Amino acid sequence: MARIVGGIACSHVPAIGAALDKGNAGNPYWKPYFDGTIPAREWLEKIRPDVAILIYNDHANALSLQMIPTFLMGTAELFPVADEGFGPRPVPPVYGHPKLAWHLIENLILDEFDMTIANEMPVDHGLTVPLSVTCGQVDRWPFKVIPLCVNVIQYPPPTGVRCYKLGQAIRRAVEEFPEDLRVVVYGTGGMSHQLQGERAGLVNRDFDAMFLDGMVNDPQKLTKLSHTEYMRESGSEGIEMVMWLAMRGALGGKVREAYRFYRVPTSNTASGLLCLEPVNP
Amino acid sequence: MAAPRDYESIPGTYVYDAERGRVGYHLNMFCMSLNDPKNREAFKADESAYLDRFPLTPEQKESVLKRDWLGMLKVGGNIYYTIKIAFCDGLTFQDVAGMMCSMPKEEYAKMMMAGGRSPEGNRYKEEAK
Repeated sequence: MARIVGGIACSHVPAIGAALDKGNAGNPYWKPYFDGTIPAREWLEKIRPDVAILIYNDHANALSLQMIPTFLMGTAELFPVADEGFGPRPVPPVYGHPKLAWHLIENLILDEFDMTIANEMPVDHGLTVPLSVTCGQVDRWPFKVIPLCVNVIQYPPPTGVRCYKLGQAIRRAVEEFPEDLRVVVYGTGGMSHQLQGERAGLVNRDFDAMFLDGMVNDPQKLTKLSHTEYMRESGSEGIEMVMWLAMRGALGGKVREAYRFYRVPTSNTASGLLCLEPVNP
Repeated sequence: MAAPRDYESIPGTYVYDAERGRVGYHLNMFCMSLNDPKNREAFKADESAYLDRFPLTPEQKESVLKRDWLGMLKVGGNIYYTIKIAFCDGLTFQDVAGMMCSMPKEEYAKMMMAGGRSPEGNRYKEEAK
């Protein structure tokens, strides 16, 4: 039987990927950030996942405004790395797990989550940056990855409570998969940041600290945050944190905090990294 | 239930909602087209002619030609899309962020290094400077 063995919340700031790709990870600006990610990488090695379900948002690469699925899952064997307007990142292609992906899709839809199905799609920095942060620079990603895209670009994104419930449904579906697989779930994006308008550059440390604590001890409280509260308190793009709640929902009630790291700034963003283990895997 | 638009009270923020989606679609799809290297070349070769391939309003076209990053948001641009013009120009997100809030690049970078823009005084339009 498949089971969820860990959850990772991780910002997906594109500049993190660029710093790695251009060999700048050791410079004074980036070193403190990358040093802070090492324990997460070591933890993930010990967790030994076979598959990751990686929840992120596409940034006008695989998807556009032409069609805007709220929740989309990729079933492909192989996901190429997208050209986001300046050439694709020099990272390995991403191998999927079609059998588990189709199982999840069937179960989620019958469980009332109307997933959009993507048989082919490129993946952008929203997916590859969290992989780079937690796996380092590798020739081949150490596990299979099932992309799960959430719309957070066209308002309104799904609510936090809806994302949390999606996570719970993912857990139920994973546990019904007959093969022995160790599954980790990534919730990506955040933390507080605003990329647009005269208020660009907003960072709210107090909100982020509250959110990190809530992810560990009281996710129910976080599911009550409204979209306007996210945007007012954590910046217009801070609303990406609803995707963290989808990951949290997949871990069950109680979790153990294995690692936490928070840093300001990471480019325009407050970055967070949180590793959680389900208490009842 | 009508969608509440209470986020309109947040200063300096252009939420890409139904209202903006309705007017901004073609502007953003132009930006999306710049993902293709061939299109980036065509745009660089003759910006005005390339823009005429898309049914933009005169204000939208003007905002792109002038690289009025804040103006683009006001005529329906979405930052994840308009940023592709900046990438095409060789600019970074931080360059554009500084221009949107009328701060010199160095000053904006300094603000980020010092912990970013505080939410204090920046939550509601009434209290924003």
